[in-house]
Amino acid sequence: MRKNFKMQDLDCANCAAKMEEAIRKIDGVAYISISFMAQKMVIEADDSRFDEIMQQVAKAVRKVDKHCEVIL
Amino acid sequence: MTKKQKRSALRIALSVVLLAVCAVTAHFVQLPQWAVLLLFAVPYFVSGFPVLAEAAGNIVRGQIFDEKFLMALATVGAFVVGEYPEASFVMIFFQIGELFESMAVGKSRRAIADLMDIRPDRARTVCDGQINEVDPEEVQVGMYIQVLPGERVPLDGIVCEGSAALDTAALTGESLPREVGVGDAVISGCINTNGVLLLQVTKPYEESTVARILELVENAGIHKAKSEKFITRFAKYYTPCVCAAALLLAVLPPVVTGQANVWSVWSDWIYRAMIFLVISCPCALVISVPLSFFGGIGGAGAKGILIKGSEHLENIARCKTFVFDKTGTLTQGNFTVSDVLYADGFTEKDVLYYAATAEQHSSHPLAKAVCAESERIGESKNVHEKAGFGVSATVDGKLVFVGSEALLRENGIAVPDNNTSETAVFVAVEGRYAGCIALRDRVKEDAKQAIAELRSLGVKRICMLTGDREEAALRDAKELGIDEVYAQLLPQDKVEAAQKIRSAITDGSLLAFVGDGINDAPVLAAADVGFAMGAFGSDAAVEAADAVLMNDRLQSLVTAVAVSTKTTRIVKQNIVFALAVKFAVLLLSPLGFANMGIGIFADVGVCVLAVCNALRAMKIKS
Repeated sequence: MRKNFKMQDLDCANCAAKMEEAIRKIDGVAYISISFMAQKMVIEADDSRFDEIMQQVAKAVRKVDKHCEVIL
Repeated sequence: MTKKQKRSALRIALSVVLLAVCAVTAHFVQLPQWAVLLLFAVPYFVSGFPVLAEAAGNIVRGQIFDEKFLMALATVGAFVVGEYPEASFVMIFFQIGELFESMAVGKSRRAIADLMDIRPDRARTVCDGQINEVDPEEVQVGMYIQVLPGERVPLDGIVCEGSAALDTAALTGESLPREVGVGDAVISGCINTNGVLLLQVTKPYEESTVARILELVENAGIHKAKSEKFITRFAKYYTPCVCAAALLLAVLPPVVTGQANVWSVWSDWIYRAMIFLVISCPCALVISVPLSFFGGIGGAGAKGILIKGSEHLENIARCKTFVFDKTGTLTQGNFTVSDVLYADGFTEKDVLYYAATAEQHSSHPLAKAVCAESERIGESKNVHEKAGFGVSATVDGKLVFVGSEALLRENGIAVPDNNTSETAVFVAVEGRYAGCIALRDRVKEDAKQAIAELRSLGVKRICMLTGDREEAALRDAKELGIDEVYAQLLPQDKVEAAQKIRSAITDGSLLAFVGDGINDAPVLAAADVGFAMGAFGSDAAVEAADAVLMNDRLQSLVTAVAVSTKTTRIVKQNIVFALAVKFAVLLLSPLGFANMGIGIFADVGVCVLAVCNALRAMKIKS
């Protein structure tokens, strides 16, 4: 399933790249792209575990920048 | 400025004042070393507190190569070697850079949001004479909505009552208003300038033109350009490498030269290493690339050119071969009768009369042109249409065939050979060839100029694909200055023709295809860059294309190429400039030719210049 999420307070372009890197390593994520300018994330992940994966994604995002939040 | 930005600006201003006071004090008053340190610690902490706090937090979370951490380390290092004012200086400039960056990004986001401000906030439904204001998303297909002068059309629909001039500038970049009346289709996002319109809704909001344009533009950043991917990959290795080099630079020379017991040697090398840390952050590069592409996509959007992603914007400039579909793209798609040939025993009027009468109910563009030309249209009976060939009918008791040469031959009617080189409709009456009607589709007024301008922008090869006869195609091609013509193609042959053209490209450049989306969605998808022309008529075309031209003008194509060329040039300038400055400092600093000031310029200064340059991508000359 491919879904779009808005991201709040994504302040640095390099952080967006780091987040992508970290999310790509999460098991079950097939595709991830974060647009720093549009403050958006497109993610494709296993349908059955989507919610659980999104929890991990939110955690990975906060690890790079604690102010940044994925609006689930 | 946002609240956060204001706070940051205040903090910077306060730190600058404090730093000035400290510098003056230290200059005029003889103070012991520890007092000077304490004195300069004040502006340092005032300016650097958020950075230091965040750096500490990042270490706890295991993010060591974070720019804030590196800045903290560089400035603490400067304190250690006794460069107190410089430590505050670096911190203040770092924050000025950050503030500037966030303002520039915010500005360009807002500018693009304004350009794309086409979202309707309400729709006025009319039901049994009652008018209700609702959210456009709640309106269902088939319902009636009213649009008053000055209002934005909220949903796609068909005019049931009234007429008006619509301002489509926000969608198509076209400044002339479009007149609509009963029966005309209206797309959402236009502004009704004068009349009151009653529309019947044809599409739900999610599928309406406005919703699809917004979705397309908002998701454009997701398809990243090659240069964007390159720069993030580069950043991933650049920072750790520079940090490692800084460590080596601080430790190796004192040890190797056997002066490990001399503090002044240590402090000299640590200072040089700190300059490395200051420039180790790749922010200028990483931010300026997506900022440029975002600006380019937004600026093009304001001109009615929707580009689906940075990747495509970057690719447009690499297209040196342009392949055009003919009908509806290079030509207007409206046929007019240019000539009527007739056999013995018939007149020009007879031929037109029989053809028009037989074809009067057909929706084929050629049939419509014939009907428009004939003075008289009679009554037809027993009409049979054979798709792709023509019609047979009984007119005034006579059996009439109207259509292609093949249709007549199939029915055993002899057709003379040298008739016409044009697209033609053949007519037979009572088993006898009566004549043929030649039709012409005129080329668009701006086509010739647009093609010449494409060439001046570096396009090398221009080809044309068409289902038309070769002679007609060659004549148009000659008029427009097209290099290669592939004529008499069936729709399914077009992909093959495009692939053939593609295989002749040997220099690594790309192929663009421009079509109106009717019959050519597969080619749009197969081309490196597919341009769908003339808007949102065909869903399949919008889906398959990489860029959508909202108006019918070929001039938009020239603008798209110009925007792409400009944006990619800006991106290249930024990458080359930033890397050159950073590497120069990386070379100069170990040799002792650089100081912190130069380091700050290489970091913040380059960032500010790169961002300013990137903002240029948004401005587009018409």
